[in-house]
Amino acid sequence: MNWIQRRIRPEQVRELSLLLLIILAVLLFGSMIDGYYTSRTFNRIASSVAVITIVAVGQTLVVLTRNIDLSVGSIVGCTAYFVGTVLGHFPDINPLMAILMAVVLGALIGAVNGALVAWGRVPSIIVTLGTLAIFRGLLVDLSNAKTVTTDSLPHWLVDLPQLRLFSLFGLDIPVLFLLAVAIVLIFQAGTGYLSLGRRFYAIGSNPDAAALIGLPIRRLVFLAFVLSGALAGLAGFVTLARFGNITVESGRGLELQVVAAVVVGGVNIFGGSGTVVGAMLGAIMIGTLEQSLYRLQISEFWRDAVLGWLILMAVASDAVILQRLRALWGRADLKYVAPAARGATSQ
Amino acid sequence: MSAVARLRSWEGLLLVLLVAIVAMNVLRSPYYLGVTNIANLFQLSIEKIIVALIMTLIIINGEIDLSVASVMGLSACVLAWLHQMGVPLPLAIIASLGSGLAAGLFNGFWVAYVGLPSLAVTLAGLIGFRGIARILVEDRSVGGFPSWFNTLGQQPVFGPVTASIVIFFVLFAIIAVVLHGSALGRLVYVIGNNLQAARYSGVRVKWVKMALFATSGLIAALAGLLYAARLGAVRGDMATGFELDVITMVLLGGVSIFGGSGNLIGVGLSILVILNLRNGMGLASITGNTQTSVIGALLILSVLVPNMTQVLQSRWKGRNT
Repeated sequence: MNWIQRRIRPEQVRELSLLLLIILAVLLFGSMIDGYYTSRTFNRIASSVAVITIVAVGQTLVVLTRNIDLSVGSIVGCTAYFVGTVLGHFPDINPLMAILMAVVLGALIGAVNGALVAWGRVPSIIVTLGTLAIFRGLLVDLSNAKTVTTDSLPHWLVDLPQLRLFSLFGLDIPVLFLLAVAIVLIFQAGTGYLSLGRRFYAIGSNPDAAALIGLPIRRLVFLAFVLSGALAGLAGFVTLARFGNITVESGRGLELQVVAAVVVGGVNIFGGSGTVVGAMLGAIMIGTLEQSLYRLQISEFWRDAVLGWLILMAVASDAVILQRLRALWGRADLKYVAPAARGATSQ
Repeated sequence: MSAVARLRSWEGLLLVLLVAIVAMNVLRSPYYLGVTNIANLFQLSIEKIIVALIMTLIIINGEIDLSVASVMGLSACVLAWLHQMGVPLPLAIIASLGSGLAAGLFNGFWVAYVGLPSLAVTLAGLIGFRGIARILVEDRSVGGFPSWFNTLGQQPVFGPVTASIVIFFVLFAIIAVVLHGSALGRLVYVIGNNLQAARYSGVRVKWVKMALFATSGLIAALAGLLYAARLGAVRGDMATGFELDVITMVLLGGVSIFGGSGNLIGVGLSILVILNLRNGMGLASITGNTQTSVIGALLILSVLVPNMTQVLQSRWKGRNT
């Protein structure tokens, strides 16, 4: 026990149990669905997970700072539609330029949220609940409810979801999934090792202390929203590549899945704890459930009920089980640091 | 409080806004202030404004209930499901109200007794209760209710006033008395202001929170039934997204999202503002999506404007001293 406690933190126990849960879910669905273990299933899950993961990474940053971004679904819809329209008119645009366009547009929209929260001092739930409606409304109005269609898009974009760089264990890894993994790795390293990343944790776990040591809280919160918007923009690009047909309803309700992924992945809704990798595991769990329940035909309607229950259990386990684990670890630390004090603490 | 100070208060601001909107609407249509149109105004959003009443208590208490729209959907779907199975409608109505109460108790249990944040619990509820509603009616549209049920939602009781409108005003009176004239109402404020202090003074915090969430579920179920009666048909996705409008009504009414302050008069005024604004935009043939955008902007402004005036005032004072 002592050996485990010194090497694994309680949060990691939680992430490992989520991994176990994902494996169990896959085994369960595998026994219920014929031909489940095929590359087709994997591709479906991977492309669904890619979108949720990329947005969830941004959401994690925002939630770490004790805020929430409910407008991401609308940002994904806006960027997917905008980039799709531009590519429809100017098919010769460089692919990198197209991606950059999506990211910058997303970042600009995120900056609106961030400015209102950081300098307008409006609670993020109010700001983003409002902008969720505003951005979607603008999209519907400006687009005259027209649809971006696959045949108007350049070939490289339509073929992108089928592009494989290499295969692993006989499964071809889609490039869009690799993109999501790369984003996760970059941001995991950034939040884990850069001082900038640690500051997101600092202002979330104790805003007063963070203010006292002179952290620029407003600028950091603003940055979190900008990054969340930029990543939602990137996810908009991925959505465009994945579906090809983009209606003004694209991305609606995505915020629920993303917040669910983040919460299930062990990011504390009150800020200050959780990891980007955890959020990705949450996204994998939700993507697996979504695509597998879809395959079960009758159970398509069960998806939301299961998802709701999963979120609740994730939050409850945070509050109840994780507290106990932390207490257990805390006692172990005492033993480890000061063996002489053992007699005193065990009284 | 002098007349000027009263006018500068939040309620005064809402009143001015209301008069301005109504004046603009009257200019656009001379029939605007007719009794029929005003009744119609209430009737078109009656379910949302009924739920806004209980949401006021929940937010003053320092919590939030994001699941109300899904509970509305759930109760309507329970009704439709039982009706399809041949259960007599009165029984189905009772069961449907029961499902709302159960949903509210479920939320309340996790918030009050387990101590989870209501934002997370009711977000799970928002997804989960909608999920149960979908399981019950899948992607069908269930109609064919007895005519007395449809009349309940559509037929005027006296003059142009329907039963739903009567229910709204009765609930408004009850909640006004509870919030502003009873011990329970004081407790709602006390808990919202300072949870720790309330707990240490022996206030039964858990009981109050549980009661509020249970009532919220019950009233949302009632609103869902009225919605079903008004539309005459039930679908799994009915009332989706209503929580935005409901929460906007409450916050625009001057209720703090952090709890502890606000009153029902403000919420009443903000309900009138939003109803008239939506109706006015309808008269100006502005589409539903833009209307929702405007409501969203109003939600942000309702918090941004007081914040900014506070900042500017403190700067002004700082400069003068």
